[in-house]
Amino acid sequence: MTEITVDKDFEALTMTFVAEFDAPVERVWQVWEDPRQLERWWGPPGWPATFTRHDFTVGGQSRYYMTGPDGEKAPGWWEITAIEAPHRLVFDDGFADDDGEPRREDMVTTMTVTLEDIDGRTRMTNTGQFSDPAEFEKMLAMGMEDGMRQAVGQIDAILAG
Amino acid sequence: MVVEQASDTEIDRIFQALADATRRDIVRRVLQGEQSVSALASGYAMSFAAVQKHVAVLERAALVAKERRGREQLVRGNPDGLHRAQVILDRFEELWRHRTASIASILAED
Repeated sequence: MTEITVDKDFEALTMTFVAEFDAPVERVWQVWEDPRQLERWWGPPGWPATFTRHDFTVGGQSRYYMTGPDGEKAPGWWEITAIEAPHRLVFDDGFADDDGEPRREDMVTTMTVTLEDIDGRTRMTNTGQFSDPAEFEKMLAMGMEDGMRQAVGQIDAILAG
Repeated sequence: MVVEQASDTEIDRIFQALADATRRDIVRRVLQGEQSVSALASGYAMSFAAVQKHVAVLERAALVAKERRGREQLVRGNPDGLHRAQVILDRFEELWRHRTASIASILAED
């Protein structure tokens, strides 16, 4: 079972999210590296992601869009700032214009991902630093509340399976 | 209080207020107990007016409440406003719980 711990510093607006998976580090790294696997889990519930570019190198850029329930599209981007395969990944994530160009004046979330081997399992630690309200406004617009109810159902289904 | 009822402007104010280290420190201090603006000002290498300005930013974001008592202005933490910031981070937690569950199901296919 996936174990999860969360540490939130609501004054500094950081969140550290730790999960453990029943798979080796190299396998968990693939869900970040392979855009076809990445797009199966990156989007919020009801907003599946499609990665049109995923240059998984230091300085590399990714472009994606998330498709909402009414077909509306929310474009986003990554810029990878550090990679130490298969243990560490640092990237900036933000929203993009309709033509896919990064909106750097909006919030950029810096995500640091580390993968550690724990007796053949993998501990994934993600730290997100949030700095600006713009992404939250978009998240609100994207009907996160409905998504969350779905997410609870999806988690239950996985735990039952 | 639910976050959907928070307007964009309110969320903007919360984030702008908490984006500054001195203001976060002021929040920490007044959560431990009510303090006058002058007592707060003595703790920072900045003018009384500058501290008063920081308090005003926090007050507009509803993270602290200010009350005049005699000649003193007393500042205390506003749990409702802080709770709202917490709720916003909670949404990200939910997003990552969803993502983690999806990763686990991809791994389970192997």
